[in-house]
Amino acid sequence: MKQDTSALTKQATPGTIARIPLTTWSRAIVIAGLVVALLPPFVAKNFVVFQLTLALIYAVAILGLNLLTGFNGQFSLGHSAFYGIGAYTAAILMDQADVAYYWTLPAAGAVCFVVGFLFGLPALRLHGIYLALATFALAIAMPQLLKSAPLEPWTGGVQGIVIIKPEAPFGLPLNADQWLYYFTILVAAVLYACAVNLVRSRTGRAIMAIRDNPIAATAMGIDVALYKSLTFGVSALYTGVAGALGAIAVQFVAPDSFTFNLAIAMFVGLVIGGVGSIPGTLFAGLFVLFVPNIAEHVSKGLAQAVYGVILIVVIFVMPSGAAGFVRMTVQRLARAWR
Amino acid sequence: MDLFLHQVLAGLATGGIYACLALAIVMIYQAIDHLNFAQGEMAMFSTFIAWQLMQWGMTYWVAFCATIAVSFVAGVAIERVLFRPIRHAPALSHIVVFIALFAILNSLAGSIWDYNVKSFPTPFGSRSLIGEGLMSSHDAGMIGVTLLMLVLLYLFFRHTRVGLAMRAAAANPESARLAGIRVGWMNALGWGMAAAIGAVAGVMIAPVVFLDPNMMSGILLYGFAGAVVGGLASPGGAVFGGFAVGVVENLAGTFIPYVGRELKLTIALFIIVAVLTVKPAGLFGRNIVSRV
Repeated sequence: MKQDTSALTKQATPGTIARIPLTTWSRAIVIAGLVVALLPPFVAKNFVVFQLTLALIYAVAILGLNLLTGFNGQFSLGHSAFYGIGAYTAAILMDQADVAYYWTLPAAGAVCFVVGFLFGLPALRLHGIYLALATFALAIAMPQLLKSAPLEPWTGGVQGIVIIKPEAPFGLPLNADQWLYYFTILVAAVLYACAVNLVRSRTGRAIMAIRDNPIAATAMGIDVALYKSLTFGVSALYTGVAGALGAIAVQFVAPDSFTFNLAIAMFVGLVIGGVGSIPGTLFAGLFVLFVPNIAEHVSKGLAQAVYGVILIVVIFVMPSGAAGFVRMTVQRLARAWR
Repeated sequence: MDLFLHQVLAGLATGGIYACLALAIVMIYQAIDHLNFAQGEMAMFSTFIAWQLMQWGMTYWVAFCATIAVSFVAGVAIERVLFRPIRHAPALSHIVVFIALFAILNSLAGSIWDYNVKSFPTPFGSRSLIGEGLMSSHDAGMIGVTLLMLVLLYLFFRHTRVGLAMRAAAANPESARLAGIRVGWMNALGWGMAAAIGAVAGVMIAPVVFLDPNMMSGILLYGFAGAVVGGLASPGGAVFGGFAVGVVENLAGTFIPYVGRELKLTIALFIIVAVLTVKPAGLFGRNIVSRV
């Protein structure tokens, strides 16, 4: 399978719209986006706030997948496993050891980083579709492992673990859903900032060089094996932290929440948002959460078919995802309206 | 030792199912260079068509042939309508369309024919051939049909002009086009053939696992695993891989104590991954040397 991602991550040609440079535009959009993101708890119902929290959590998980697939060119159908490991790490720590919820995030991240790094080592031998099969095995194994008898004292077997939603600290006038929304925004903002900086750094260039041409990368002195495994680890870390946040948000973990279907949903989000685009993952999070609901709203019996049709239409309209679509539109605008 | 032999035989019987599907998967992989995630659902849909035709009073073999013809046309149509317009889109976008196709077919079959499990007739009878229900005459018939398809495919790809053109179109589209091969239509033909082989696989599998919209969910995974282990470039390898996966799955379930039953699928998959780490292009695959 060819990894045709190099064209997607090329920077848009620098230009101006209405005599204002594009970099200024993008900065303005980021700031405006952050301001808008702070509003929902004041204007929307609790359930909507909860859904937006989940969408943001999915976005972070897909960001993790994107670091691996979009920037390093490694394919994964197994990220549901890392999401599950993160979720269970958080749940077990809160349930068994009474750890505060905010400390579970670094723990989940660390555990997933180690697991991801170790999984990345044998994955070095595999490419394209073969790597897909290996990661797929991971996705299939995870729910079965979580259910298995030896681990039951910690995981609670098929029953899963129920945890308690944290209340807002310092006597802030927010309910649990609203507080969790802001907490998730804070965590996500930090993770996104780190991802942007990682991709722009020397390490990020090495990661992308491996994707574009591994042989040339080796010739330039990049330790391909090390960087690929590290990227696997970092990718798992992001998805694991998202899993931990997800567990806290839904107050419950069970093996069947982390099946292959979750991995498929993340993969679909990745492509729809834009492979190799960091802002695209935000759109992906919203898509993964809301579109299946919309499909169900259109027709209960044929919800899956409606979902499939929506996917096909989206791919036909935006073959390289939302990010590619936006980039194209911006280029046209820049040409038409300097 | 007796138990071992029995389990190997039983594994071969289930392996026949996987081999059937693995063959269809490899076919389409050769034609379009992607793994088709919707392959199992296409086969399932074809099987429902066969069932419906038989409900309308056709005899088994008439329905069988009609289903193959319909599936072939449908496969060509899917390529023309869905994949032709996005042929320049990135590879990952194609996979999303496969997933969409999977969802659509599964949901449509469910709403047309409902989710109740239906039995499906077999032309080979279901007597026990060896031992106590280890391999029935249907299992033997199914293995025979799979091997027959394999031989026919071999002859088609090795000894006909169209087969050669298809291989050329898949291996090197640009050069094939320069040599006057209509690459687009070769892809469509590949889709049609894969759909037809999928239909045969579905009709052969249905008497064993029974007919319902989710009949392929487990089997498809094994089919993929078999195809990948055998090496995606080789139909013979795929059939071997399918049988191997069936046997490994069965032996792991019997002989690995304690976790064997529960983690049958997981263990099989991990053995496959282990094989791949040693031989990254599959057992019968060739390492493709690419120019730098």
